[in-house]
Amino acid sequence: MNWSAVWTIYTAEMTRFFRTFVQSFISPVISTSLYFVVFGTAIGSRIQEVEGVSYAAFIVPGLIMLSVMTQAISNASFGIYFPKFTGTIYELLSAPINFFEIVLGYVGAAATKALFIGLVILATASFFIDLQIAHPFAMVAFLLLTCLSFALFGFIIGIWAGNFEQLQLIPLLVLTPLIFLGGAFYSITMLPDIWQKLSLFNPVVYLISGFRWSFYGAADVPIGLSLLAIAGFTGACLLIIGWIFKSGYRLKP
Amino acid sequence: MAIVEINDLKKIYEGGFQALKGVTLEIGEGEILALLGPNGAGKTTLISVLCGLVSPTGGHARIGGYDIVANYREARQLVGLVPQEIALEPFTKVIDAVRFSRGLFGLKRDDAHIERILKQLSLWDKRNNRTMQLSGGMKRRVLIAKALAHEPRVLFLDEPTAGVDVELRRDMWETVAQLKADGVTIILTTHYIEEAEAIADRIGVINKGALLLVEDKTALMERMSSKELRISLRAPVQSVPEALAGYGLDLADDGETLVYTYDTKGEGTGITALLADLASAGLKLADLKTNQSSLEDIFVGLTTDKAEDAA
Repeated sequence: MNWSAVWTIYTAEMTRFFRTFVQSFISPVISTSLYFVVFGTAIGSRIQEVEGVSYAAFIVPGLIMLSVMTQAISNASFGIYFPKFTGTIYELLSAPINFFEIVLGYVGAAATKALFIGLVILATASFFIDLQIAHPFAMVAFLLLTCLSFALFGFIIGIWAGNFEQLQLIPLLVLTPLIFLGGAFYSITMLPDIWQKLSLFNPVVYLISGFRWSFYGAADVPIGLSLLAIAGFTGACLLIIGWIFKSGYRLKP
Repeated sequence: MAIVEINDLKKIYEGGFQALKGVTLEIGEGEILALLGPNGAGKTTLISVLCGLVSPTGGHARIGGYDIVANYREARQLVGLVPQEIALEPFTKVIDAVRFSRGLFGLKRDDAHIERILKQLSLWDKRNNRTMQLSGGMKRRVLIAKALAHEPRVLFLDEPTAGVDVELRRDMWETVAQLKADGVTIILTTHYIEEAEAIADRIGVINKGALLLVEDKTALMERMSSKELRISLRAPVQSVPEALAGYGLDLADDGETLVYTYDTKGEGTGITALLADLASAGLKLADLKTNQSSLEDIFVGLTTDKAEDAA
């Protein structure tokens, strides 16, 4: 293992993050605060309790998941796409490192950034509501796994993307709808029967439900299924990345 | 001793384009080899395969005795690459970019070494500038600094002076000479003949994926410094007269022309004596013509001949 290379990639990526630290830090704080003002106070006060907690508290896990997923994807996809775009990828390919080490560096950094944003939102939320976390270990595990798996997914998008439009395409067209329809702001038990059933095809439902369970002990789907879903998603991403590196797809002719 | 051994290396790109048609080449430690060839000859593909950017389709290559595929870590550790296109992260500071390269190669941070490289390449004053603030020539030097950050023994320079003005080109040549003095083996590609002439120890000519010739530059230069004197006679001769045997003359055009080859760099060309002896042998001259074969001629001859053969 060339740990030095992993660390070099990781710190270079983190440096870029801290170069824009103010944006990275301020924007989730502001957007989370807005969500609480709008959904928690303005609208939420007219909504009765959901699954035994106030609406403002109910949306916290969904909000965190929303930001963590989009941040992990955008950071990881940009992280590996940028060297492709500038041409500096040549250096990664000609260095004595293997693909696993490259993934570890880029995905590790993207997951760290997403985790950081998730924790910032959690801290911001605690100013607005009285947070309770029923299963802290499960909460941390879910958060870490989500950061990791979506960073892996972002890495795949970054390798695949041939231009900046494609880089935005999947997050915008696929992920945002899946997250919003995945119960980030409501429980799928509120939906008509047919939509409930359809929702079960949305993988994000399992992640948000499991994460919310770790806060409030209530879930839309069994927690075992949620764990299976996130493990399956991580596994699928790893398989695809393994194939990418074996075949040199879009990296090495 | 050969530090780079290339054996029947082939590359066929997806789509069937054969960029390398079995290249075999040995490069000795400490030498400067210039690969000369027109655009699309396979120069960059050869370098890319050796450095790990492109997977070979067939054949083998070893660097410092390590196979570039099976022992890629050990092989790449010895190699620095300066790509043809300028590729730098625009917002990164020069010194950070160079440190990054060293880290990728698994080496501990060594500020003294980085300082030495940056000073050698006249980049020390610019070390805290972002790379996007630098001129084209400076950016190219940053690429060299990055390639040298892990103290490689072999340096690949892919068209180091393409699109660079004359002064910078001379700078680059000096840099290369300095690196050679430090014991670095250098393989550079170029399509400028004068560049190969100015800095290389050996010159390889590559075209259409095949290595046509590899020769010591001095040998090539000797060929280049030889000139031909073609003497047209008024009346054809059957053979070279006995009295002229010492000149190594060749007969051409059915005995109407005598061809004399001489060295322009020699102490004397022997032309005066030859002409005197021709007159005393009773031969009457109709015309005289001289030809010089330049590296350019050799190069153009090689690349077009082979192209016609292939057609």
